[in-house]
Amino acid sequence: MASSFTRILSSKRNVGILSLVGGSVAAGFLLHREHVTAGEPLRRRYPASAEYPDLRKHNNCMASHLTPAIYAKLCDKATPNGYTLDQAIQTGVDNPGHPFIKTVGLVAGDEESYEVFAELLDPVIKERHNGYDPRAMKHPTDLNASKIQSGVFDERYVLSSRVRTGRSIRGLSLPPACTRAERREVERVVVDALSGLKGDLAGKYYSLTVMTEKEQQQLIDDHFLFDKPVSPLLTCAGMARDWPDARGIWHNNEKTFLIWINEEDHTRVISMEKGGNMKRVFERFCRGLKEVERLIQERGWEFMWNERLGYILTCPSNLGTGLRAGVHVKLPRLSKDPRFGKILDNLRLQKRGTGGVDTAAVGGTFDISNLDRLGQSEVQLVQTVIDGVNYLVECEKRLEKGQDIKVPAPIKQF
Amino acid sequence: MMMMMMMVMMMVGSPDVIMPFGNTHNKFKMNYSAEQEFPDLSQHNNHMAKVLTPEIYAQLRDKETPSGFTLDDVIQTGVDNPGRSHLEPHDWFLLLRRLQSTRRRVAGAAPWGAAGGHENPGRENKTRRHPFIMTVGCVAGDEETYDVFKDLMDPVIEDRHGGYKPSDTHKTDLNAENLEGGDDLDPNYVLSSRVRTGRSIRGFCLPPHCSRGERRAIEQLSIEALDSLEGDLKGKYYALKNMTEEEQQQLIDDHFLFDKPVSPLLLASGMARDWPDARGIWHNDNKTFLVWVNEEDHLRVISMQKGGNMREVFTRFCTGLTKIEDLFKNRGHEFMWNEHLGYVLTCPSNLGTGLRAGVHVKLPNVSKHEKFGEILKRLRLQKRGTGGVDTAAVGGVFDISNADRLGFSEVELVQMVVDGVNLLVNMEKRLEAGEAINDLMPEQK
Repeated sequence: MASSFTRILSSKRNVGILSLVGGSVAAGFLLHREHVTAGEPLRRRYPASAEYPDLRKHNNCMASHLTPAIYAKLCDKATPNGYTLDQAIQTGVDNPGHPFIKTVGLVAGDEESYEVFAELLDPVIKERHNGYDPRAMKHPTDLNASKIQSGVFDERYVLSSRVRTGRSIRGLSLPPACTRAERREVERVVVDALSGLKGDLAGKYYSLTVMTEKEQQQLIDDHFLFDKPVSPLLTCAGMARDWPDARGIWHNNEKTFLIWINEEDHTRVISMEKGGNMKRVFERFCRGLKEVERLIQERGWEFMWNERLGYILTCPSNLGTGLRAGVHVKLPRLSKDPRFGKILDNLRLQKRGTGGVDTAAVGGTFDISNLDRLGQSEVQLVQTVIDGVNYLVECEKRLEKGQDIKVPAPIKQF
Repeated sequence: MMMMMMMVMMMVGSPDVIMPFGNTHNKFKMNYSAEQEFPDLSQHNNHMAKVLTPEIYAQLRDKETPSGFTLDDVIQTGVDNPGRSHLEPHDWFLLLRRLQSTRRRVAGAAPWGAAGGHENPGRENKTRRHPFIMTVGCVAGDEETYDVFKDLMDPVIEDRHGGYKPSDTHKTDLNAENLEGGDDLDPNYVLSSRVRTGRSIRGFCLPPHCSRGERRAIEQLSIEALDSLEGDLKGKYYALKNMTEEEQQQLIDDHFLFDKPVSPLLLASGMARDWPDARGIWHNDNKTFLVWVNEEDHLRVISMQKGGNMREVFTRFCTGLTKIEDLFKNRGHEFMWNEHLGYVLTCPSNLGTGLRAGVHVKLPNVSKHEKFGEILKRLRLQKRGTGGVDTAAVGGVFDISNADRLGFSEVELVQMVVDGVNLLVNMEKRLEAGEAINDLMPEQK
């Protein structure tokens, strides 16, 4: 039986559709909700009302939208690989959330989760993505870096520039649900493709299971190494199973292009460098992504993507572009100005400490990045960051000279 | 597609009720060979890893219990927790959390929930994995797990329970009258006495696999049964999610409150899902009989008191358990039990009696004797620190309990503890007086 599936897998190069045992049609641009067949309905011992989770103390997007009626409707359904609603929401049930930080509270186990459980996922996506309506809107994808205007920052202020996203391999289950063999397949497919990268993108793969002490230390020093997730948001979703099997890090020799394999998503792709040349960082990002895509397509694979949701990733918060473009920038005066928050909001930017989300800024240096992920293209989001950071740096300079600054008008979102 | 579904169904046999609440029900695994799916156990040191061969995996991987529990579900915790002897980075995080928390005091025993019956000493020592103390590395999702996956479970049980064979039968004896003595362990040395076990309600899935509806039904049944207890067993139930601040503080002060498990051994098996839904603590008004609902097992039953009257503790234990069993039977439910495995619990280490009878006892001199370990081994006893780590607390106070669970009856095990502790206290007195203890050395039980 395994061999007949291997044949199906290897013949998909011309098909553009990857469809495994569940029989669902999961073609990218051909994906229509009505063609997706859910798995065989489940038989349960208790009625939905007895199984409905207690969400009274919860503050996450899942809890806000999972009504008893929606639960009753969806609780008997499963995706082709058998992933259920209870599995999708488990992380949100187990992690009630924080009064000030609203987490998403659910994950996808495969591409079809977004279809089979659309009744819950669509309103969650709309809330999380600031009004993007997956039922009515289309997501633009644009990885043409030549469209970027300016994008080289004043390095007296901008210390480093970085763009990251994720990609999933169509036909293989996502980290919350994948089997060991599927996860190993993701690793094999991606590492195989990456070995075809050349020039400034040529690099090497470090598997977490066979890394030497020396390699491990180097990766820690480079700030590349990721460790087993400890956040209950991730562990409750089952993403850390079988750690560190089939997990690893690939980076190019120049250490400016980095890929994480089988951490929170099939792949996380990061382009970065010290200094303020965001344009170059994004150019390498697009080039690298396109090249990896070409290499996996040669072998008959493709990324999960559709025009409703863009690139499909494990967490609904990363749909669309999955892109976070950011800089570490020194804004000691501006950050003390009471208008700082409003300026960021209107520029559709987000601040974090330089240690990552939830950390405090040190010495007035902030991580500034785009707020949005879905509904705008990569080029649009990166341009937003570039324009916004330029504006912030201008403000900082004006404050240095004792001049006043203005809160910019809010920029249009969609 | 229909053919594929049928093929999958034929392979697994048709489960009566499919309840995929674990995360390893991915049907696509059958698209890959057993070899492609077999876990990497090269770094592992637990019972499951010792026993699970690629052949056994291949044979069992397409099977399911009637409720849908799979082999991958059984072994996930053992795959995720290799049980190596050095600290992993994750352990440091856990250690820090432990140190920051004040809520780990339960039932007078180790603050790390040892009272909850982390039978496996390796699990108790959550920050230090002793290379010779092995974790079990597998769990049951329902009663049938022990049968459907017997090719894995039997050798694990044999390895863990001192050579217990698939053909052996287990004796149950909850008649406290059969205990000899035990009412006069010297209270100058024995500070407290305690007996605990677990019980599972037949027909329901176990904590790694149960649905919210099942867990709530278990809680409801338990409350009804416990509310019917009378006399010195009369008490009250405190649901974890409805507790007032005051109630919570009282339970902490009494060392009764159990908290959400943080051990990766438990989390990886799915036991902490939906916390704190349908979890709670019941105790009698005298605070000598305590029941935990839906923590690591359906029920954990604990009888305890200060001082050395183990007989009284055990009598109350047996009386209480028997009454609870009757109350369940009156409502049409029984405990999971069979002749071969005794009482069936989530972790294979707790099969048989599931019983740990122990005392907190002062043994500053004996514990320093070079033969201490050997003495304990011969007495079939086990030591733990009362502080939860594998070191003695200040003042040489140890938690001494039975090492066995399966293959001996409850009375036999408590007898071993009573006799053994009496002997240890005599040895302590001798050493205090500067006398030798060679003539007191026991035979191997």
